[in-house]
Order: sequence, then C-alpha cells, then structure tokens
Amino acid sequence: MGSGGAALEVSGLTKRYGAKRAVDGLDLVVPYGTVTAVLGPNGAGKTTTVEICEGYRRADSGTVRVLGLDPAADAARLRPRIGVMLQSGGVYPGARAEEMLRHMASLHADPLDVTALVEGLGLDGCGRTPYRRLSGGQQQRLALAMAVVGRPELVFLDEPTAGLDPQARRATWELVRALRNDGVTAVLTTHHMDEAEELADDVAVVDGGRIVAQGSPEELCRGGAENSLRFTGRPGLDLASLLKALPDDTAAAELVPGGYRVTGTVDPQLLATVTSWCAQHGVMPDRISVERRTLEDVFLELTGKELRS
Amino acid sequence: MSVGTFTPAPGAAPLGRMIRAQAALETRMLLRHGEQLLLTVVIPALLLVLFSTVDVVETGGGPPVDFLAPGILALAVLSTAFTGQAISTGFERRYGVLKRLALSPLPRWALMAAKTCSVLVIEVLQVALLATVALLLGWSPRGGLLPAALLLVLGTAAFSGLGLLLAGTVRAEATLAAANLIFVLLLVGGGVIVPLGKFPGAVQSVLELLPIAALSGGLRDVLQHGAGMPWGDLCVLAVWAAAGLAAAARWFRWE
Repeated sequence: MGSGGAALEVSGLTKRYGAKRAVDGLDLVVPYGTVTAVLGPNGAGKTTTVEICEGYRRADSGTVRVLGLDPAADAARLRPRIGVMLQSGGVYPGARAEEMLRHMASLHADPLDVTALVEGLGLDGCGRTPYRRLSGGQQQRLALAMAVVGRPELVFLDEPTAGLDPQARRATWELVRALRNDGVTAVLTTHHMDEAEELADDVAVVDGGRIVAQGSPEELCRGGAENSLRFTGRPGLDLASLLKALPDDTAAAELVPGGYRVTGTVDPQLLATVTSWCAQHGVMPDRISVERRTLEDVFLELTGKELRS
Repeated sequence: MSVGTFTPAPGAAPLGRMIRAQAALETRMLLRHGEQLLLTVVIPALLLVLFSTVDVVETGGGPPVDFLAPGILALAVLSTAFTGQAISTGFERRYGVLKRLALSPLPRWALMAAKTCSVLVIEVLQVALLATVALLLGWSPRGGLLPAALLLVLGTAAFSGLGLLLAGTVRAEATLAAANLIFVLLLVGGGVIVPLGKFPGAVQSVLELLPIAALSGGLRDVLQHGAGMPWGDLCVLAVWAAAGLAAAARWFRWE
C-alpha cells in the first residue's frame, strides 16, 4: 500500500492569507494505520493544514507527501484514495441523504454497500429526507458516511463530532475505531481533549500554525511537568524525613497549614511510601488525591491558552 | 458493521460513469427546484401565450407567434444557462458542495462538463415544451435546423460563461439578486418580446451587441425569415462565450 514511509509527511509547511500566517513551519508525520488527532484552538491552522494535505489548497512553502504523492501535483491520483469529511456542508440542500451518499459511491470504483452504511450510521430513518431538513447530528453522520463510502486508505475528518450529543459522539468514535481496525489511516482535527485521548494513537498539538508537541496521549501527559499527590493532615509535619524515603527527584511542600503536596513521578510505589510514612508518624492522611496531568493541562502549558475558548 | 467492512479498496469510477452520475444528479436538483421551474418554464410559456393572443406589442407583419417564438426560445436559454445555473452554482459554492466535489475523484473539468450536460438536458425539455406551445398557437417556423441549433449552443456557452462568472465571484445572495435582475433587463431590452427597432437608434446599436439580442435576433432571422447561417449573430455569441468562459476560468472561486 504505502511507499515504505508514512501515510502523511509534512515538513516546513507554511501558508499565508495576506499578512496572516495561517500555517507557520508545520511538521507532521502520520504512520500508516494510525489515528492522529490534530488538536488546537480555532484559528490554529488545523483546517488549512488538512486542506493542503487534501490537495485543495497550495502551500506557500514546505513539502507534503500524502500516501507517497504530492497532493498539489498528483491530485488526480490522490483523490480516489482519500476520504474527506468537511467541517460543515458539502451537500446539495435539496438532495436526499441516501441520494447524496449513493452519488458519492457512484464516483468510486468499489464503494461500500450504501444500504448497510446508512443502517450502520443510524441514518436509515431519514434516507429520503432532504439535507436541509436533517438535524445537525444527521448531517454530520452523512458527511462521515460520504468520507468513507469510497473505501479510502486515508480519511481526513475535520471536527467530526462538533455539535454532536454524547451518544452520537460515541457512535462516531466507534466508527473511527472500526476504520483503524480495518487498516484505514485517520487524521482528525478536534478541539475536544477527550476525543483526542479516547481515539488517537498520536496527538499533534497545534498553536499559531505550528506543532508545539506530538506524541501519544500518555507520552504528552507524562512529559514536562510532573504529576502530584495531595493530602491534608496535622500542620507542621517534618517533610525532611518524608523526602528521605522518596526518590531523589521528588519534592514536598506544605502549601497551607495542614495541606501538603508531593510532586514527582506519582506511581503506586510513591503512594505506598507516603501512606506508610504517615502511619509511622501517626498521621491520618485525609483527602488524599493523585492529580494526573490531562491533555488540557499540557495544552495550557504549551500554549498559555484555554483550548475551548 | 463487521470486521473488514472498511478494508481499503480505493479507486475512481470510470470517467464516463462519473460524468453521467453527476449530470443526472445536477438535473434532478434543477428539476426539483420550484423557483427554477417558474423561471425556466412557466414565465416563458406565459409570455408566449399572452403576447401571441393579446395584441400588446407591435411585432410587425404576420402572426405575432412567428415573431415571439424565437425570442422565447432565446429566453429559455437565458433562464437555464445563465440565471438558473448562476443561482444554483452560487448556492453550491456557498454550501460547500463545490468544495466537497473538488475533493472527490470527479475532476473539476468533469464537474463543469456534467453541469453543461444538465443545462443542455433542461434546454432540450424547454425547447420541446415551448415549441409545442408555439405550434399550438399557430407557429410556422422556417429556415434550417442547423443554424438554429448552432445559435442555441453558442448562446448556451455564452450565458454559461457569464453565469459561472457571476456565481464564482460574488456572494450567493448577490448572485441570486443579480441573476434575476439581469434576466428581467435582458427580457425587456434584448429583443425577446419587444422588437429592438422600438428603441432609439443609438441605444439599439448597443443593445444589438448583447448576447440575448444576438441569440433572439439570429433565431428570428432563421426561424421567422428563413435566413441562412446568421454569421454576424454567431460571431457576437462566440465572442461573449470566449470572454465569459475565459473570465470564469480566471476568476471563479470554489468557496
């Protein structure tokens, strides 16, 4: 299938709109058969990047290889091999849901069975409904169906669950997992942390038109600042003796009288050490809690911005 | 959905099949659109019946329908190739349909070919219907089929270019308003139902260069007066077609 390399390789990509740099030296690698979430706030350059990879827009500079092809020069060869879900629209307002899906299928050599796909996505009740009268969730699912009906090797899903209710989001996630299990590579943009954590093998955090971090959700949460453990107890405990029992890179502090925080690699061993130290000192560690960094924290540290604002 | 459902098997359908499917879909969308049918069928048919039976406009000698039918055929081409196509394409652009199709295996030129096919299909239906109405009103066309067909094809090319230029450069709402306004202006000032001879000489010589005037004038020369190949009108239409299509190709924006 592939040419040995990755499904998607982007390096030094830039794109300006007038004076604004929408994409500013972006590098991204997506291995075959994985799900990569491109995570970032609105205006970070996600959609522009995806559109350049799809061959819809031209880059100002940088190199892009998609399935081993240059999307600008080899668009005609690339298009049949990719599936695209736009952020919104893409369907004739007067077209019926199933009619539009059948049409997309007819543009491909060996499409999926439309009836089965319509049922699988829960659209069988509204197959004859004109697009403009579908609910937002139904429109999203139709757009997703249109992206996969041609049996692509690689799908680009731009905000696939924006505006969906929790149940519809889960259904979409199931479909993305099914795609990956069947060997389809997926690139999705999102500004939902939970979506990235739930679905992605790899998360690329974008801000200001460049990737500020990339890795698995676990790697991203582990790297950089440490996790912490908090507990409350008697004020004025002697933390020096606690630190002697803990690994070297660990720190401990009494933040407020009786409120303690231990920062470092918080693992079961550390938790056991802290509780046994408390037992030795006759301290009942109240309100003990382990704080793991979430992607949300990582994002805030990397960009200084709230993701969802 | 079972395991293996989504195993990749990518590929484009054969070009012919894609264009046929796209043309069929575009045609269905146009026929499903009530306002479009009003413009393409109801208004031309009403004008034909009204002005053939009621003596409102002075149409020169002979039965009024012999003067009116060629003009109404020109109006049919204007309504579909220009107004209808501009409005539908403008909204397709606005709703991301053009963008989505540009990302499908269908090449852009094939999309344009399919649009042209669907415009031609609608025009054939219009011409058949309006010619039937005209014949029932006593129309006795003269002249050759080939010159008339050439005029209709070049007229379609000219109006398509202008319609796509409009749809691809301004907002959908503006396209809607402008396409309808231009339809009405050309209806009145393009020799469709009002003979150009009614206008002052200077105005007339400008109006004669409009594509609608060349189309209705040419069709009238052929079908009413039995003229041969109307080279002058064909030239005017060819220039409009070349300019309009080139401008559309240059300035058309897909979103």
